[in-house]
Amino acid sequence: MAKPQAEMLKSPAPQEAPAKASVAPQVEVAPEQLAYANVLLYGSWLGIALLLLSNIIYLTGLVKPYIEPAMLPQYWGMKASEFVQVAHMPTGWGWFSMLGYSDFLNFIGMALLAALTIIGYLILLPAYLSKKDVPYTFIVLAEVVVLVLAASGVLAVSGH
Amino acid sequence: MLDWLATFTGGGLAAKATAAVTTTGAAVSTAAGTPGMPWWVWPLLLFITTFVLGIVAVLGGVGGGVLFVPIVGSFFPFNLDFVRGAGLLVALAGALAAGPGLLKLNLANLRLALPVALIASTFSMVGAFIGLALPNNVVQTALGITIVLIAFLFVVSKNTEFPQVGGSDKLARFLKIGGTYYERSSGKTVDWSVWRTPQGFLLFIAIGIMAGMFGLGAGWANVPVLNLLMGAPLKVAVGTSKFLLSITDTSAAWVYLNQGAVLPVIAVPSIVGIMLGSFVGVRLLATAKPKAVKYLVIVLLLAAGLRSLLKGLGIWN
Repeated sequence: MAKPQAEMLKSPAPQEAPAKASVAPQVEVAPEQLAYANVLLYGSWLGIALLLLSNIIYLTGLVKPYIEPAMLPQYWGMKASEFVQVAHMPTGWGWFSMLGYSDFLNFIGMALLAALTIIGYLILLPAYLSKKDVPYTFIVLAEVVVLVLAASGVLAVSGH
Repeated sequence: MLDWLATFTGGGLAAKATAAVTTTGAAVSTAAGTPGMPWWVWPLLLFITTFVLGIVAVLGGVGGGVLFVPIVGSFFPFNLDFVRGAGLLVALAGALAAGPGLLKLNLANLRLALPVALIASTFSMVGAFIGLALPNNVVQTALGITIVLIAFLFVVSKNTEFPQVGGSDKLARFLKIGGTYYERSSGKTVDWSVWRTPQGFLLFIAIGIMAGMFGLGAGWANVPVLNLLMGAPLKVAVGTSKFLLSITDTSAAWVYLNQGAVLPVIAVPSIVGIMLGSFVGVRLLATAKPKAVKYLVIVLLLAAGLRSLLKGLGIWN
């Protein structure tokens, strides 16, 4: 029979509700979950800091860009596939070989943000393997394959 | 040899880029649609807009992506491809920033998130390819319809703090989905489990496709499925949904990055604007009137959705 989750409350609270978070009971959090959280914490702020820094370099013209910001209005109305063709933009990991241009420096931060989940999953993998948790080992492996496939750039689409 | 080494000596791709820009400049200048407007006005307007969206998103309890894509896609001169690419990065950055706190409090639960994320991220990649392959007007029309439907979903849906769960199903038991979190308002720990897991997983196929196709963070869809259908407590559903976006949007974001559909001049001001706006929104949260903010979000979604629909149909360009 269906029952509300609230009925599953345990450890009845004392009469006075706890005033501070510090008196909250410890909720058990799996160590691999905490490790994953730390990867996201440090990685995301590093990624955002890199994005800011590279954008400042780009907008101030400290390093030469591939496309001058002033020229962008001629491109940003185009479909991506058309933009790639007309502006001779690299696809896939082609941006990596163009890091000397300030606009491509921005891709370092973006790629880091997009890579954090893969790094996090690689931390989860040994934890689930050591627990012999077969379903979650499979899920983690499958997710890594999906994300690496997406990141690899081997899959492509033809635009209209 | 890396091409970028050549750029420091002033040759190679720099010359190629200049030539490309010069020869194609005249031909594509009409695509800009904003003759005479200095280029920097648009990123600046984008930053201001996303800053406001960041505040509204926090107060309205929605992810920034669902407001970002229809509003920027409808009212800015950028192609929808670049707006969706930026939208995914906006949703991704927000989810990554929120993830650690949610995971440490066990409000985002890995045993619930990982199976769902595998389904949603796989299909968000499929959705991203569909979105980039389809003509703009088709995507814009579909986006408009989706956003209007989301606005109605906001009007009619009522979340349940502690849903009725009639015992875990076989799949939930096999995957040992469930957990405990501390409910500060009552000072108690709450044990939870889920049911209707296969149905929930099936719905995440559609959610993933929509997330990738439209560049939306799909929190608006994740939460009802996790909470109302699968029976996760509201806080766990919201926390897990937010964390889930960091995985779902990653696969689609890679597709957009690899296909040249991310312009830093659009993505970076958007990410920074939304994040700064979110910080301000959190500070305003205590004094905001939830109903007024909810109506504001609904009005914004309806306006942007209808504009997107009319733009897609060629009625109002």
